[in-house]
Amino acid sequence: MTLEKKDRIFTNLHGEESTTLKSSMERGDWEGTDQLIKKGSAWIVREIKKSGLRGRGGAGFSTGMKWSFIKNSRKLPSYLIVNADESEPGTCKDRDIIRHEPQKLIEGTLLASVAIGAKVAYIYIRGEFFREEKILQKAIDEAYAAGLLGKDAAKSGYSLDIYLHRGAGAYICGEETALISSLEGGKGFPRLKPPFPTECGLYGCPTIINNVETIAVIPEILRRGGEWFSSLGTINNTGTKIFCVSGHVNNPCNVEEEMGIPLKMLIEKHAGGVRGGWDNLLAVIPGGSSVPLIPKSVCDTVLMNFDSLCSHNSNFGTAAVIVMDKSTDLIKMIARLAKFYMHESCGQCSPCREGTGWIWRMMERMVKGETEEADIDRLEEITYQIEGYTICGLGAAAAWPIQGLIRHFKPLMVERMQNRNKGAA
Amino acid sequence: MIRAQKKSVCEKVFQFTKTNTIKIAAIIKKYPKGKQKSSILSLLYIAQEQNGGHLSVPSMDCVASILGIPPIQVYEVATFYTMFYLQPMGKNIVQVCTMTSCWLRGSDKILLACKKNLGIDISEMTGNGDFTLLEAECLGACVNAPVMQINGEFYENITVKEVEKILRNMKEKNPVKEK
Repeated sequence: MTLEKKDRIFTNLHGEESTTLKSSMERGDWEGTDQLIKKGSAWIVREIKKSGLRGRGGAGFSTGMKWSFIKNSRKLPSYLIVNADESEPGTCKDRDIIRHEPQKLIEGTLLASVAIGAKVAYIYIRGEFFREEKILQKAIDEAYAAGLLGKDAAKSGYSLDIYLHRGAGAYICGEETALISSLEGGKGFPRLKPPFPTECGLYGCPTIINNVETIAVIPEILRRGGEWFSSLGTINNTGTKIFCVSGHVNNPCNVEEEMGIPLKMLIEKHAGGVRGGWDNLLAVIPGGSSVPLIPKSVCDTVLMNFDSLCSHNSNFGTAAVIVMDKSTDLIKMIARLAKFYMHESCGQCSPCREGTGWIWRMMERMVKGETEEADIDRLEEITYQIEGYTICGLGAAAAWPIQGLIRHFKPLMVERMQNRNKGAA
Repeated sequence: MIRAQKKSVCEKVFQFTKTNTIKIAAIIKKYPKGKQKSSILSLLYIAQEQNGGHLSVPSMDCVASILGIPPIQVYEVATFYTMFYLQPMGKNIVQVCTMTSCWLRGSDKILLACKKNLGIDISEMTGNGDFTLLEAECLGACVNAPVMQINGEFYENITVKEVEKILRNMKEKNPVKEK
């Protein structure tokens, strides 16, 4: 199961060709966009539903379904927000889409806006992407100049304005309600759902928030038909996906592949294999730092899709594969992750605000082996008291890596404590 | 932080320059009428740049008066986001990513090289005010790890040697572009 060249959506993912509007059009962007728009929003939503596309931002919710939730009223306008606040450690796919395929994103934004009836779309780009913001703004300006945006966009009779909004370095703003709060000019505080943004989002209006990759694949799905997309991958996990393979591999890369490719094949075929050979593999984080790691025994057979990884107590997340070979100090690695979540906790919910700091301090002690065996159980228990008791998913995201470590590598942690005790005695 | 600033820093009046005022007017137009508060982040960026790399209390007050909101709402935002600095920073901000992917590929060495080369620790500024060193959370260029960022510019797949070269060049006020 590998993706054939003809089925690739992102043909310029690595930036070998120019990103100007002209060369993007030569690659097929903006082809017959007006015809697609004229088929109407109901057709677009139906086609996306048929394709089985699931959101690429991590949660994996059906995009067509989300769109159909939007309640358009005459009183309130609706908004589309493209979430380009990519900050999940290990993930760098959106950055490459923005850098090398900006027109796909812009065209997708137009089509998605038509589907939900939005006349204004905001792209929330993360603050650190200074250069990417310039590239995207240039691409938007080019599209305006060519009459593809603004009034009568792409000669379809539909009008849309796209604005870029730059964030300022907060991981939590990737969460949709925090993103809305940030876009409205407040702190990036998530809020309780319901009401979901589809009913009450930006400025209290119906809002759809989609990840960059989700939006960028839409034009191609509509052009080739939902059935083409759903013919790729497996049932419930259809289509193609950009995988970011980083860490201890010979050739770290972003690569577009079919959903459900075996992890081993992904690493060996595209990333040049694990440093020192497959047998040198220790563990893999399969979906960005928030998901539990999986040990080599699972990596041998697991398929890269939502369902297969869930059945192994992990998650597909953003498909950011972080590979670790046997030289890795896993406990130290997870401790660094714990520090990240402590730093990024917004501080609203006590379990997360206090818990992430507690976890980090405990993990730092575990790195040195300065704990007792009972502390491991205590640590695990605490993570279960954070997970699910917070407004947003950050609490769970902080808990899962720890749970994964304890689930698969508890003996390693115990061994470290025993070694230290021996040294002390 | 703000209280300390209020006490110590002289209460200089802050006003946006003419070009910045024009820029600001264009930014506010991006948002619906009455929702000008949405432009707060962009305005703070401009204020920070004009103020020489950090936000002073008068500059934040100025943003508040333009947006027609209480100053506290601006302080609230300025203290929440990591890319706004409330104390003077070096002219060049060196950020080394030390998150998972970068750490796995040797960001510790890069950070150490920066510390040695600049003679400062994390979150410190060099005596001449040229450099501030920061530890960054994931910069989002993980397949090109290790990564560091200097003043918005990404340096990817860097080695210790390159770090030394980049910093040496910058010290000679001859910034190099990304390779």
